[in-house]
Amino acid sequence: MSPSTEHGRPDPETTTLAPSRDGRPVSDRGDTVCVIGAGASGLTAVKNLTEHGFGVDCYERETGVGGGWNWRHDRSPVYASTHLISSRPFTQFPDFPMPDSWPDYPHHSQLLSYFERYADHFDLRRHIWFGTEVVRVEPVDGDRWDVTTRSTGGYGPERTSRYAAVLVANGHNWSPKLPRYEGLEEFRGEVMHASSYKDPAQLRGKRVLVVGAGNTGCDLAVEAAQQASRCWHSTRRGYWYAPKYVLGRPADQVNDALLSWRVPLRLRQWLYHRTLRLTVGDLTRFGLPKPDHRVYETHPIANSQLVYYVGHGEITPVPEVARFHPGGVTLTDGREIDPELVVFATGYLPRFEFLDPGILGDADGSGRPRLWLHAFPPGHPTLAVAGLLQPDSGLFTLAHWQTVLFARSLRLRREQPQRAAAFASRAAAGAGERYAGKVKDSSRHWFEVGHVDYLRAVQRALDELEGK
Amino acid sequence: MSGTTDERVRILRGREWAHPVRPARREVLSAVPEVDEGRPPLLFVPGFGHGAWAFAEHWLEHTASRGFPAYAVSLRGHGGSEPASGATLRAYTHDVVQAAAELPRQAVLVGHGAGALVVSHALARYPARAAVLVAPVLGGPATAGLALRANPVGTLPALFGGALRLHRRQLFGRELPDADARRHLARLGRAGRRAQWQLLAGRPAEPAVGRPPVLVLGSPDDRVVPPAALTRAAGRYGAAPLLFPGMGHDLMLDTRWQEPLDALLDWLVKDPGRR
Repeated sequence: MSPSTEHGRPDPETTTLAPSRDGRPVSDRGDTVCVIGAGASGLTAVKNLTEHGFGVDCYERETGVGGGWNWRHDRSPVYASTHLISSRPFTQFPDFPMPDSWPDYPHHSQLLSYFERYADHFDLRRHIWFGTEVVRVEPVDGDRWDVTTRSTGGYGPERTSRYAAVLVANGHNWSPKLPRYEGLEEFRGEVMHASSYKDPAQLRGKRVLVVGAGNTGCDLAVEAAQQASRCWHSTRRGYWYAPKYVLGRPADQVNDALLSWRVPLRLRQWLYHRTLRLTVGDLTRFGLPKPDHRVYETHPIANSQLVYYVGHGEITPVPEVARFHPGGVTLTDGREIDPELVVFATGYLPRFEFLDPGILGDADGSGRPRLWLHAFPPGHPTLAVAGLLQPDSGLFTLAHWQTVLFARSLRLRREQPQRAAAFASRAAAGAGERYAGKVKDSSRHWFEVGHVDYLRAVQRALDELEGK
Repeated sequence: MSGTTDERVRILRGREWAHPVRPARREVLSAVPEVDEGRPPLLFVPGFGHGAWAFAEHWLEHTASRGFPAYAVSLRGHGGSEPASGATLRAYTHDVVQAAAELPRQAVLVGHGAGALVVSHALARYPARAAVLVAPVLGGPATAGLALRANPVGTLPALFGGALRLHRRQLFGRELPDADARRHLARLGRAGRRAQWQLLAGRPAEPAVGRPPVLVLGSPDDRVVPPAALTRAAGRYGAAPLLFPGMGHDLMLDTRWQEPLDALLDWLVKDPGRR
């Protein structure tokens, strides 16, 4: 064993009792797997890894479970009125249904209670270290990982533990993406990112410009329509605003009925366009731009109310912002408007500060990981990311199966190393694959997946793994 | 593994997503220990025709007295649950999974008779801590032949969508007092027509999630489930059945109801599921 006072680069011959890079002792956690984050994806990882017989240490920077869905958490993006945009069968974990008594589209507070019940039901909290954030994750010999943690906020000493595998589930909806605009610094009104929007009182009686037509942007425009004295909604292009109900049923269930009958994409697009024309109607007569793409080619927007408020004149659709000046905003069509409050609902970017970007295949520093199934980095069979997806449906089902696949691949490493190696090379070959058909190229669609395409790929991976 | 269970995990569930089961009001009876000892809850699932009442008779109280929280659910159309004449096996499975997920902790599923078939399907949608199949009727075409031989008059109408009628000698041992037997028989209801046919079709259950340990128990003198069927059911889960001679099909209502229940609870005390 090497003495623990040695500093400098790690010794390639390092043993599990050797010190970490900066000379502090490393505690060896044996076959235990480290899970980073106790949000939806982290919780299902803890549950599925323990179910497959692994010991688990989960680190959570906050003091409760639920991650972004817990409105008490300082990084939570939810606002008072947040409701689900996928209906219950698509949202719940596949082996722990939401109660029958809940509505089709539950509220975010119900979702938090769902995660709390999931954690209690499967006794997951005993694996979770709350109030602990992960500072560094470094690969060491034998595909193992040194994970350095400390108390959230940087108090107390750092501790390093060595794990057999790491699952990253730190979420990707907490680091705001803010576009740059000329003159934004001189603008005298208030500017905020949607992540700081919590309550409709923030909009009350103001002239509000909402930028962005994601699901959040549309929700905010609808809230502003009800609360603000004036609401402009600025979008980059025309979109398909899908109602939450069609033909008397949640729209996603109708869509999946077509998918389960294997109706081809072109026909589904045609049917969708027909249905929208019959229900929502022609949006260009409200001044909304005509979509420059077919439906299913951008992330779906499920909002029944936006068009309603546009039709009542409470929302004024406007094009992109050209520039800001002290007293207002110039739009790309030359119009001038004078909002007091500008809300950027422009999305989020993923961040993995604790991990060398190269490990996740982000060689050019763009911040875009290149993974297989958006989960498995090439060359690191004991590392996975869960929940880094923008599905056209609920996320938790997908995260569940990602973590099942990871747990089974780890089990295979133990039981049949050769087959596991074949699986690892499959992962390396598949890095960067897409599962979404044709979508608009933008950072919003980096992780866009069609839930059926994606789950088919996961099903194939599971079958390959188990030799079926 | 045997060929009767499909061992491939099926993760695309388009039909379940597109056509979720319509919720139905559920009756759940319970008996919980006075002091919570941290033991897993048991969820009893009655077979076709029976309701939660069948377990409320003796088993719930005794289970609670041994420190396990005990619950029994009535499948839709049975007991005090909402009437549902068109119920399917999938709807019954839904009811069991919903009832299990509502419990505060990961539950042990205990299915009796055709309730064991429902449990075997529920295990594919809920990672139970363990499962117990009591005198299991796991379905398949042979089930009809057996039932016909034991009770042709009661079974024949069921093949054509009528009610399945079980007679006293099929359900209870000789020692059970007549009055009790008549009281229980009078409470029997019937399962949905489609569910009865699905039982005969015998679609194999998908693999259980989380590989729960499974115990099979029954009686060699059961006139509904012959010993060979018990052995086959137990073999499906890699074990031998525990046998209680001299008892009828309804072990939980028979005079010696305590013996199989104690065996079941002793097995759970050994905590077969803990890793």
